[in-house]
Amino acid sequence: MTGGASGGIAISVTGVSVDYRARRALDTVDVAVEPGEWLALIGPNGAGKSSLLRAIAGLVPAATGTIAIGDGRAPAARDIALVPQVPVMPPGMTVAEYVLLGRTAHLAWLARESAHDRDVVHRTLAELALDGFADRPVDELSGGEAQRVVLARALAQQTPALLLDEPTSALDLGHQLAVLDAIDEQRRRIGLTVVAAMHDLTVAARYATRMVLLAEGRVVATGLPAEVLEVDVLNAVYATALSVRVLDDEIVVLPAARHSALNHITSDHDELPPTDGAG
Amino acid sequence: MATAAIDRAYRLPVPGLVMGVLVLAGVSIISAITGAASLPAAGVIASMVDLVPGVSVESSLTERQESILFHIRLPRLVLGMLVGAALGMSGASFQGVFRNPLADPYLLGVSSGAGFGATLALGLGVDIGWGPFDAVASAAFVGGLVAVGAAALIARGAGASPATLLLAGIAMAALFAAGQTYVLQKLSETQAREVLNWLFGRLNTSGWDQVGLLGPYVIVCGAVLLAIRRHLDVLRVGDDEARALGLDPGRSRAIVIVAASLLTAAAVSVSGLIAFVGLVVPHVVRLTAGHSYRAILPLSALLGASFLALVDVGARTLAAPAELPVGVVTAFIGAPFFAFVLIQARKAAV
Repeated sequence: MTGGASGGIAISVTGVSVDYRARRALDTVDVAVEPGEWLALIGPNGAGKSSLLRAIAGLVPAATGTIAIGDGRAPAARDIALVPQVPVMPPGMTVAEYVLLGRTAHLAWLARESAHDRDVVHRTLAELALDGFADRPVDELSGGEAQRVVLARALAQQTPALLLDEPTSALDLGHQLAVLDAIDEQRRRIGLTVVAAMHDLTVAARYATRMVLLAEGRVVATGLPAEVLEVDVLNAVYATALSVRVLDDEIVVLPAARHSALNHITSDHDELPPTDGAG
Repeated sequence: MATAAIDRAYRLPVPGLVMGVLVLAGVSIISAITGAASLPAAGVIASMVDLVPGVSVESSLTERQESILFHIRLPRLVLGMLVGAALGMSGASFQGVFRNPLADPYLLGVSSGAGFGATLALGLGVDIGWGPFDAVASAAFVGGLVAVGAAALIARGAGASPATLLLAGIAMAALFAAGQTYVLQKLSETQAREVLNWLFGRLNTSGWDQVGLLGPYVIVCGAVLLAIRRHLDVLRVGDDEARALGLDPGRSRAIVIVAASLLTAAAVSVSGLIAFVGLVVPHVVRLTAGHSYRAILPLSALLGASFLALVDVGARTLAAPAELPVGVVTAFIGAPFFAFVLIQARKAAV
């Protein structure tokens, strides 16, 4: 098993604000993440999803409030791994070297990787079907391969919680689902706690056990996907007309039928040209 | 396949190191036998092997030849190696911490600070020498560290990102260069010539003194840099990701910069400004041994040592009996290569 941690951890975010210079990106947010759940952070661009993840990962200081994990400590790199939105892929670094970086938090300051560390990397590469890629430079991988490699590094970190910042936004649907399935498998098998900022609401509903809807740095709604994906709330937050359906027992969020969408938008934006809705 | 790749990722590059040591040995012999008085290779090798503890070899060298070897050739050879290793390693380190393939050891103003210090010492007779440290070496060393220290302080006040440190270094370099020019134009022609000779870089030695000055810095700072070279690989993914992986990027960067700056200042204080070694050598290593700093750092030390020792043979012999400043020769080789690196910067990036 890749994650040596036994079960996930709870993360409690209490009254956390994040400021970038004068702009408040996150405003006194409370979020309680349960061990082993997949919490999807949804909301439009600029809602504060990335800021919340970065605050939990300790990359930006919280202007107010506290972030703690299960036993009340502030989280460290051994507790939480992060898959960034736009990972840096250093030119010429091999996949093996890159995934080995995931062991950093487990190494003494001047130590190098032990046989155990190398074994973890080996198994992680195998689990994500990356064996054949170990010698390839990370900057020459396709989008889907690169995303698996970044995920492998995060899993090699062997943390009980994983933060994902729109992990699949650059991938086609097939590769998106493949990466998310791999994460979900880890979650189910070892009880990994997953917090993921997600753009595609249908995909988010497919994987999330719970959701937090953010808008303008505040929590608008929290709950099961069926509770949060409520059409009136979404329409207001995303400033567009959406339609929420249930297809084959899965929640599907899609743009409202085209003419009604236009009706809705043109009522607010008169400059939009009229259209016959074909096409 | 994955196992082999993982092993390669964390192991020392043994074949490269062996190759580097062999090249260094070859260059040493070439350097030792070449010069105004040519020495027989067999005798030189025998005399050098005889130095190994527990080994006794009869050498064919005459007493006078042995004196040339041990008091003129070898000190200069060893000094060249130490300076080359110092510049190669600190160049690679600066490229790593600044994630910039065009960084070199002089990036943060060490060279200008040292040049200013040396100019003061040579021209105005400012003597802050102490014990074995002569006036010029001490002034250059202190000047170099003052420039880097000032750059670091300014950057600290301005947010302490690698970019601000780099810009502060450029500002300090300009300031000290201006100071140096000001002092230089006040000097007599003889004094000015002496300063320029120093600035061009040279490996003139008087016995083993300079080796004794530089050696401890190469050993201590080199050991520090080699010990934390793994951190340089972590820093390659940027500060945010490094922090998320569990490394304090600011602390690692500070240690590398302090060690590399001390190393550079020490090298500059005994050899003057030797251009391009710190830039060129790590890039050649990258082209042949990959992009991991675990390999780049030790191999840059070895290749830097070989390169500068070999270039010094050229500096001593090309215009004999006159001697070319070694810094001029490295620049002649380094400048075209620098252009090549600029063009290839994207491909051969850090």
